[in-house]
Amino acid sequence: MEGFWTRMVLRLWAALILLFLFVPIVLIFLYAFNTSNIQSWPIPGLTLKWFTSTWNDPDVRRALTLSLQAGLVATTLALVLGSLAAFAIYRMTWFGKEVVSLLFILPLALPGIVTGIALNAFFSFGGITLSLLTIVVGHTTFCIVVVYNNVLARLRRTQGSLLEAAMDLGANGFQVFRDITLPLISTSVVAGSMLAFALSFDEVIVTTFTAGAQNTLPLWIFGAIRLGQRLPEVNVVVSFVILVTIIPVLIAARLTGSGGAARVPAAR
Amino acid sequence: MSVATARRPRPKGGGAVPFAGLLWRLPWLRPLLLLAPPLAWFVVIYLASLATLLITAFWTINPFTTQIVQVWSTDNFQRIINEPAYHSIISRTVIMAAAVTVTDAVLAFPFAYYMARVASRRAQTLLFAAVLLPLWASYLARVYAWILILNHNGVLNWSLQSIGLPPANIGYTNIAMWVVFSYIWLPFMIIPTYAALERVPETLLEAAADLGARRWRAVRDVMLPLALPGVVAGSIFTFSLTLGDYITPILVGGAGSSFIGNVIYSNVGIANNIPFAASLAAVPVAIMAVYLLLAQRLGAFEAF
Repeated sequence: MEGFWTRMVLRLWAALILLFLFVPIVLIFLYAFNTSNIQSWPIPGLTLKWFTSTWNDPDVRRALTLSLQAGLVATTLALVLGSLAAFAIYRMTWFGKEVVSLLFILPLALPGIVTGIALNAFFSFGGITLSLLTIVVGHTTFCIVVVYNNVLARLRRTQGSLLEAAMDLGANGFQVFRDITLPLISTSVVAGSMLAFALSFDEVIVTTFTAGAQNTLPLWIFGAIRLGQRLPEVNVVVSFVILVTIIPVLIAARLTGSGGAARVPAAR
Repeated sequence: MSVATARRPRPKGGGAVPFAGLLWRLPWLRPLLLLAPPLAWFVVIYLASLATLLITAFWTINPFTTQIVQVWSTDNFQRIINEPAYHSIISRTVIMAAAVTVTDAVLAFPFAYYMARVASRRAQTLLFAAVLLPLWASYLARVYAWILILNHNGVLNWSLQSIGLPPANIGYTNIAMWVVFSYIWLPFMIIPTYAALERVPETLLEAAADLGARRWRAVRDVMLPLALPGVVAGSIFTFSLTLGDYITPILVGGAGSSFIGNVIYSNVGIANNIPFAASLAAVPVAIMAVYLLLAQRLGAFEAF
């Protein structure tokens, strides 16, 4: 065991790191209630007025709608493709397995800007106009990995004897899948999808190159911060995005133990 | 291992349905059918995009019409190699990525050590969640928080003033970028380091103690080498994520803080020179390839 003083120093260090991690996040929430439209500290008072004005801002609404659409469609596609990929890789025994699984992880391994500009070049030479569709394509590409990782990890922990037992008792392939496999993996599929949605909802690097003239919510935030405009609304929107990205992670962590959320380095 | 392929009893009535029978007779067919849709997605979209990028890097644009000239040429790469402006941008990016990686390793190690070896089980779970939340909380939000903290009338200067120190005007400088990057990627360093430290058996440290090593010596000579793959695994994230970033330099960097990503970004958007942007994108990819090779030598991939 460590000595008393070593433990004290480590405890203090841990406390300081926690402060470092959370003070900025707490500050954001405080600024959302700032009465002044000048962003300086200390804030003079608390108000809810920016929440109303943000909610009524048509630009924010359009961006929110686009983000929700892109997130939901991309998550659904990633859910199907990622689960299929996990099942296939889990069952594959031939040597190509390593290459294929590397391919699925590539969008996370390469810097986000490379994925972004590659898709941009692909769309522009394919004569495809940037739209909701191209945003969805980009998001799906890096969200597949998230579902894939979660489902594959669960499959590897699942005992094969359970499936064998079902087959011994006369279940056919479909029955085994519906009654045994699906209940065993369902929480990992849900957790993976939650994380995929959180990732999509906050993504800015790839989206910049696939969105064209439209704004998703992160693109709206990026533009507003950059120009220093509408910062009271930025405070509100940013607090909202923090919640939307954190809540799915908490749900996912409950479903899979915190392992699921830890397994996914974000595709930034 | 795989259940489907190994000595499976013949499903009842399997032969009655022709398709199920086919799957039974050709056990490799099922994974292949499952694999087809996701693989097609990756090949048709992602690999095709990367291939387009690679080919485009060897094209050029006509400077007058900004039309793309589809003739093989290494002009873009020569421009990157020959112009000193790009050297300083590339070295700034790499130095920042290295500085952030070292900073995060130093900040993360004692924290991860505390989590893995000192904290109670319950505290461990809570701390783990406390690291995961900022990892997932909106990237833009966390960068923005630091704009609020570092600006002239922000929390930092207010705190310095209240303890009688002069204001630190580090907003919109390279120091600001260093702080923000270190903050944003810190959880990515803590988690693999913690995972590696947690796996070191206490018995090894006891053995070191039995052989007469003081605790510090045991940590240095036993724990640190065993935890190194975890730190290197974390460094892949901190290094790669900093290397490819262009948002933080735009938002918190000042004049003369452009990264490789910023030049790529402006060449896609403003200059509309996709071929040049494509060849620039090869720079972080090449750097990461070298980095991953080194990381593999240090055993980082076993640490995941």
